[in-house]
Amino acid sequence: MNHLGLVIKREYLTKVKNKSFIVMTILSPLIMIALIALVAYLSQLNNNKERIISVLDESGLINDVFKNTEHTKYDLLESITLDDAKLLVEQQEKYGLLHIENKLDIDAIAKSIKFYSKDTPSLTLISDLEGKLEKKLTDLKRKELGLDIEKLKLSETNINIAQESFIGEKTSKIDNVVKLAFGGFAGYMLFMFIIIYGNMIMRSVIEEKTSRIIEVIISSVKPVQLMLGKIIGTSLAGITQFAIWIVIGGVLMQIVSVVFGLNIVETQMQNDEILQQAMQSPEAQESMQSLINAIYHLPLLNLTIAFVLFFIGGYMLYSSLYAAIGAAVDNETDTQQFMLPILMPLILAVYVGFFTVIEDPHGTVSTVFSHIPFTSPVVMLMRIPFGVPIWEQLISLIILIGTFMFTVWFAAKIYRVGILMYGKKPTYKELIKWLKY
Amino acid sequence: MNDLLVANSVSKYFGDFCALNNVSIAVPKGTIFGLLGPNGAGKTTLIRIINQITIPDTGSVFLDGEPLQPHHIQNIGYLPEERGLYKTMKVGEQALYLAQLKGMQKAEAKKRLKYWFEKLEIGDWWNKKIQELSKGMAQKIQFVVTVLHQPKLLIFDEPFSGFDPINANMIKNEILQLRDEGATVIFSTHRMESVEELCDHIALIHESNKILDGKLIDIKRQFKTNTFEVGLSANNENELTKDLQSKFEISKAEFKSLNNDIKLNIKIPKGESPNDLLLYLTQHAQVNHFNELVPTASDIFIQTVKNN
Repeated sequence: MNHLGLVIKREYLTKVKNKSFIVMTILSPLIMIALIALVAYLSQLNNNKERIISVLDESGLINDVFKNTEHTKYDLLESITLDDAKLLVEQQEKYGLLHIENKLDIDAIAKSIKFYSKDTPSLTLISDLEGKLEKKLTDLKRKELGLDIEKLKLSETNINIAQESFIGEKTSKIDNVVKLAFGGFAGYMLFMFIIIYGNMIMRSVIEEKTSRIIEVIISSVKPVQLMLGKIIGTSLAGITQFAIWIVIGGVLMQIVSVVFGLNIVETQMQNDEILQQAMQSPEAQESMQSLINAIYHLPLLNLTIAFVLFFIGGYMLYSSLYAAIGAAVDNETDTQQFMLPILMPLILAVYVGFFTVIEDPHGTVSTVFSHIPFTSPVVMLMRIPFGVPIWEQLISLIILIGTFMFTVWFAAKIYRVGILMYGKKPTYKELIKWLKY
Repeated sequence: MNDLLVANSVSKYFGDFCALNNVSIAVPKGTIFGLLGPNGAGKTTLIRIINQITIPDTGSVFLDGEPLQPHHIQNIGYLPEERGLYKTMKVGEQALYLAQLKGMQKAEAKKRLKYWFEKLEIGDWWNKKIQELSKGMAQKIQFVVTVLHQPKLLIFDEPFSGFDPINANMIKNEILQLRDEGATVIFSTHRMESVEELCDHIALIHESNKILDGKLIDIKRQFKTNTFEVGLSANNENELTKDLQSKFEISKAEFKSLNNDIKLNIKIPKGESPNDLLLYLTQHAQVNHFNELVPTASDIFIQTVKNN
């Protein structure tokens, strides 16, 4: 007589066989990929448009920095007044006119540079031009001051402070970024999962109430079993959906990158020529290496186990509350007043995670919030990549499990009474009273 | 042990509100037991306690001599008043699921479902979704699901609501047949004519208290007023009426008859034989109609509730 198993099976099968679930599962990654492809295509389209920029360099010093690229062409104007040049550029419908006055010293030249155009020019173009001009003028000024440019270049030093803990764990800035990315991803995943599937559980409870089947079921299954069965069955359906998303998403990404992919990568490279140059420099290769090292050095085993445990704990904690809300009300519109107290700690957890954990992963705020059960799953998952002692994780986990058992008990109480209550919307006071029934 | 279900001084409070106050009932095996009472009297609470949905504050319930335990749900079939089915699930799948929750094996459940579906002429609904069926159709499926696992105790809360007269009659006959096959039935309803037709025993609950219970026939005897309905034809109507008035308590009666009769209700003193009345009447008039007034369940219900 395994009722829990039966309930889980039914919940899972009805969810998975539901048409809108199937449509969502298949369409969501398609839509996502289509959106990404569309954005990539559009930005490519934008970049493919050739821009011609006229340059009127009266100083004659800077002409040589303007080298044509695939999408940006420079048209160097000579012996023409500024007004004529403006007129010409406007008539020829060129992108814009860069004007450099002829002044005596370089500082004055630097101040005189202006860009004329019909519409506001693109931000990246301007910063690209600024970069080029800055470099050239700096070099010129250095020459003027009698500095040896080669020596100056040689004298440049790159600093990357190596960090090491007292027990010899090495970290670096890039390590921290990777850790943050991992922790943030895990925490955010949990957050999304709770919101999407918590709501699904709530709706499924409400459905049983509105279809009036609940009393029939409750005469065969204990309310706690029914509630847990719902939570587990819905979660399994959620995990199935996630898994399918990852598989479809992966396959589609492959297809898309084969079809358009090269173009996308190319575009992005051209988009940022400086980056392109940087990528080829030995420094960049070094940092790629350290990125891989950073991922490699993450406490992966700990991270995986903690992810599973905190994920389950946090999810169960919140989903039992969602189930209780579903039991307390008759329809979805009545759920609003009870949703806020659930969403608040969840959102708080994500904010605390993103703001304080970045600042100081082991500071007081982060530590405290990684032990408060309603925020601990998210915050702790974000902290763990930075190395949290196992005993601390255990304490947090024990608090979480204890609270989780309490909320399941609490939710079951509400659930048991609530599912048989119809009609009026209960108040918080009444919910407390239900605990004593 | 002749009683299948015994409830001993069961009380249940919801906060300050008393839903049941020291209620005891005993349901004899193989009978139909009517649980009656006005709306909000506490019937549903008592039924939920029997189904272990609600836990009583005090008192105990025994099924077949054993204190109620979770495994007893397999022996109980419950058709609640607030009933429904999963709207988007197929009829067959749903019935199988509910049967398995009652502890039946899948294969066995399937076999018995086929039997019942054929019996109630609903065999071709197996793959339909509940939302495609009418309310009465869904009720039939609920009835099947309730009785499918052959429970010893069947509890029906307003079983006939939502049925047309033909189907209501069909269900009524099924209930009677189940009783004849040995099942015990608790039957909660407001419809007094079905109480008359079906119930062997009744208990009346009013404002959380049980105010009446026993065999229906005994209760009727207890409530009888020794009143006889008579239809007479005589030449001297007024004289006869006056004469009767001086001897008995009489009032006007209403019933259908073929003759243009004087219709009277005549109450005779306790202990006196109706033969004496009849003898007197035959001497003075022609007796076309002579019938003891038997209190109806409805009369008993209204009278008892009013007196409390």
